[in-house]
Amino acid sequence: MLTDAEWEALVLSFKISTVAVLCALPLAVLVAALLARGRFPGRSLLDGIVLMPLVLPPVVVGYLLLVTFGTRAPLGAWLHETFGWRFVFSWTGAALAAAIVTFPFQVRAIRLAIEAIDRDISAAAETLGAGPVDRFFSIVLPLALPGVVAGAITAFAASLGEFGAIITFVSNVPGETRTLPLAIYTAIQSPGGEAQAARLAAISIGLALAGLLLAELAAKRLEHMIGR
Amino acid sequence: MTLRLRIGHRFPGFQVTASFEAPPSGITGLFGPSGSGKTTVINAIAGLLRPDEGAIELDDRVLLDRATGIDVPARRRRIGYVFQDARLFPHLSVHSNLLYGWRRSPVRLPQHEIDGVIEMLGIAHLLERKPHRLSGGEKGRVSLGRALLSNPDLLLLDEPLAALDTARRHEILPYLERLKAEARVPMVYVSHSIEEITRLADMLVVMNGGRSVVSGPVAEIMSRLDLFPLTGRFEAGAVVDCRVEAHDARHGMTSLLFEGGRFLVPRLAAEPGHALRARIRARDVIVATEEPRGLSANNVLPAIVREIRRDQDPFAEIALDCGGTSLVARITQLSLDRLGLAPGTSVYAIVKALNVETRGSLPAPRRAGGESA
Repeated sequence: MLTDAEWEALVLSFKISTVAVLCALPLAVLVAALLARGRFPGRSLLDGIVLMPLVLPPVVVGYLLLVTFGTRAPLGAWLHETFGWRFVFSWTGAALAAAIVTFPFQVRAIRLAIEAIDRDISAAAETLGAGPVDRFFSIVLPLALPGVVAGAITAFAASLGEFGAIITFVSNVPGETRTLPLAIYTAIQSPGGEAQAARLAAISIGLALAGLLLAELAAKRLEHMIGR
Repeated sequence: MTLRLRIGHRFPGFQVTASFEAPPSGITGLFGPSGSGKTTVINAIAGLLRPDEGAIELDDRVLLDRATGIDVPARRRRIGYVFQDARLFPHLSVHSNLLYGWRRSPVRLPQHEIDGVIEMLGIAHLLERKPHRLSGGEKGRVSLGRALLSNPDLLLLDEPLAALDTARRHEILPYLERLKAEARVPMVYVSHSIEEITRLADMLVVMNGGRSVVSGPVAEIMSRLDLFPLTGRFEAGAVVDCRVEAHDARHGMTSLLFEGGRFLVPRLAAEPGHALRARIRARDVIVATEEPRGLSANNVLPAIVREIRRDQDPFAEIALDCGGTSLVARITQLSLDRLGLAPGTSVYAIVKALNVETRGSLPAPRRAGGESA
């Protein structure tokens, strides 16, 4: 039903999204915890920076990545010379772009989950001898787990659909950075590619729906599991 | 573990100042109406609130001293806290809840002590459950067990019964009494119910309007007429420590000895020699200037009027000295004037047997047919 090139785009999309979400997750948990419970100068600024990709045109994110991690940019050149890392034209670059654009989805869901936890529960843990880090791992994180999972699944679904930042930063290389949306775009641009574009678009819609439903379902199951 | 406390804390529009010393064992009751600053005080003891000024010591351990900047974090104070709303961890089973503090305690209680606490609280059948499947009374018991198993030097209880209905209350009170009897750990018990306080506490701290007004032994505080407006006119009364003397099987009565006399009460399930505390509400004491005859009441005690205090009319309170034990009677000012009572007058205090509330009358646990003859 699908051509080899279409399969390639689909598999690549899953690979990029999985890496993007999993690598960003620990940082998202940390940032969400800081925003939910932390009291420090620059908190509003951090909040703004984290949410920025939601309102910024993705092409701008791509551009910023290019001028930061491009092989001619100082940081990009250094990473390339020192570790041999090259983001441009590479699927890892696509994952980086997807991670940044979908980061706010993760942070927001986790933050809401942490904020919903009764602080008094943490105070009780404190009187029982638990320090701040201990309380975070034994009380806060388990209770916020539904939010963490829902955030990760939503970010995964959104990441599958990321277009602007990826095409700007890592271009449209078949088998390397041509994800599902880029494949759709390519198909539309090619004469006689309408049928292919329609097939891929249908897959996209299906995946997005499945992702959202799954996030909802997982959150419900986990809420039940932790006994609420 | 003697607790010494002197703190001051300012909230917007409300100030709390408290100072008292709690004895090294038994239960210290922190009593006062809602909003009198009780929770602020025990939160400061627990380390959950840092007061603006003052110091808190537990024996020779300084927990807080704002002058020198010492503030031991709550997690290192080794003070157990039983919250009004239990605050069990919803994602953990009862068993994991119970062991949460135990795992983190510097000196872990041995396994047989864990089993002992679980058995004492009657929660062995709940261990695998999640907190949301517990009743209010069960939650309270698990919360108490969790705090006990962390092996604290001091246990704080913040209105542990307030959120429960009467039936659930009686599900927990006996456990608190048993805990007290076993002298496992000294406790500070916060309540706005004078009934709970007089039933449990040995020493009483009265809070009002953010200040600790007075502290001292329960019997002494409860018989002070000047404190009646604070100890609650209607529910107030003397507290008398007594001992079971004997049982009268024919009439189903028990006699209780106290310093200066004896009470007769309907039979209690307690062995002779068992120490009890009777609470005699001032409104349940009748005063007569002559020894009454042909009276159904069983307890007629000779006494001397020690002090009279006219309350908001029409009532007055009278402190009576009954052979060294204080009783308090609440009568009308009309009766006061009609009888011509004055300090030094010899009278008879009439207490209906039914009105002698006894404590510690928990039926002996797990002893089939344990009724003593």
